[in-house]
Amino acid sequence: MNKYNLNNSYKAVVIGGSAGSFQGIVKILSQLPPGFPLPIIMCLHRLKHVRNGFVEALSLKSVIQVTEPYDKESIKKGGVYLAPSNYHMSVELGNYFAMSTEEMINNSRPAIDITLGTAAYVYRDKLVGILLSGANRDGGLGMKHIKDKGGLTIVQEPTECMIDTMPRAAMALTKIDHVMKVDLIIDFLKELDKQYR
Amino acid sequence: MATQDIDIADLKRITELIQSKHGYDFRNYAMSSFKRRMLRILELKNLTVDALIKKLTDNPGFIDEFLDELTVNVTEMFRDPGFWRVMRDEIIPGILLNHKQFKIWHAGCSSGEEVLSMAILLKEMGIYDDVTLIASDLDTNILEKAKAASYPIKNMELNEKNYIRLEGKGSLKDYFKEENGKAVFDRSLLKNVSFRKHDLVVGEIFNKFDLVLCRNVMIYFNQTLQNEVLKKFHDSLFKYGYLAIGSKESLIWCDIASKFIVVNNEEKVYKKIKD
Repeated sequence: MNKYNLNNSYKAVVIGGSAGSFQGIVKILSQLPPGFPLPIIMCLHRLKHVRNGFVEALSLKSVIQVTEPYDKESIKKGGVYLAPSNYHMSVELGNYFAMSTEEMINNSRPAIDITLGTAAYVYRDKLVGILLSGANRDGGLGMKHIKDKGGLTIVQEPTECMIDTMPRAAMALTKIDHVMKVDLIIDFLKELDKQYR
Repeated sequence: MATQDIDIADLKRITELIQSKHGYDFRNYAMSSFKRRMLRILELKNLTVDALIKKLTDNPGFIDEFLDELTVNVTEMFRDPGFWRVMRDEIIPGILLNHKQFKIWHAGCSSGEEVLSMAILLKEMGIYDDVTLIASDLDTNILEKAKAASYPIKNMELNEKNYIRLEGKGSLKDYFKEENGKAVFDRSLLKNVSFRKHDLVVGEIFNKFDLVLCRNVMIYFNQTLQNEVLKKFHDSLFKYGYLAIGSKESLIWCDIASKFIVVNNEEKVYKKIKD
């Protein structure tokens, strides 16, 4: 038995974050084990009308190149994906992405609830959901969907968050399996990686 | 995102009813957004699936209201200002090299912000009177809004920001008057625009164009339907005509890709090179 009671049945990792999450995300991406076996699907709040720059900034230190997928692009093992600006990003049955320009949710497009909720529907108990620092409630409901389908839920330790509204919203809505600082989240992902070796 | 869920069997019952009774085909819409739209309608109208089905069966006027909620009508003027610069500085001058007069189709025009943006662009280029514009949508109510060219004044902040990024000739304010909290656009901008009720899924090809804009519409379709609709766009374009799609859409996986070349990859403008 390993320390987080993990196995190799997981199919994807989804990460949500908003205000104050950038540093944490960069740290996670920079310390990922090379050849990390699962797709990492990220939905981060970002400026709606700045299309360029964010994915480049994340890629700078990332072990794996980050991409903003196109509508109907297949989700590949080992890919690191970021929801593009001004689109909601869904995961579809058949393992691909779909974009939409529907109304904002919690004042956000992309909305974390949509990415997490659709990923939960597709991957069910084979999903790890991680929610980081943020100043609004978006993502809380998405984490609840993940838990309800039997997935694993992790939030960033509120005391470490620049703004803890987002992880606390998730903690109020559902059972969170692990409350962790970013360093421990990295340790967790390394442990997860080992299950596939 | 709604907390309730709707199962695929119920979605199927609804789409089959709409198809047999009203002639719209939603079977090949992208699943997750379609499901969210359905849940949204059930919530907004406070209906169960059975009650919705009954209403769609018994109340012939309800379909228009239903379509208006089902289709996504979130849009803005000059969305992606970089796209509009490419239109103004590259694509339209390219068309003008060969044709003094030309035709544009805005497929899935929603509340009309995009066609109005085009009208302003053409006016600033000094060629408005040489262009025929057709704007189509399947949603009757939204077409009426597009024809009215009158929008909540609060939307103008974003639209003006986009216009400034485009580096237009004047100010967006030059084109509208504020009346009762609405920005009412100059009627003359719509002089050469024909609005048309048209469903991309079941509708026939009705004209030939030099430029087709269909941005962020096909994202609501699955790949099978995207391929079918792209074939219609191909047939609706003159050879060497242009097709513009949304910044996160791509023709890469589509059957028809070989009949187009990429003219601008960043802004997703393609050119038809083969019949």
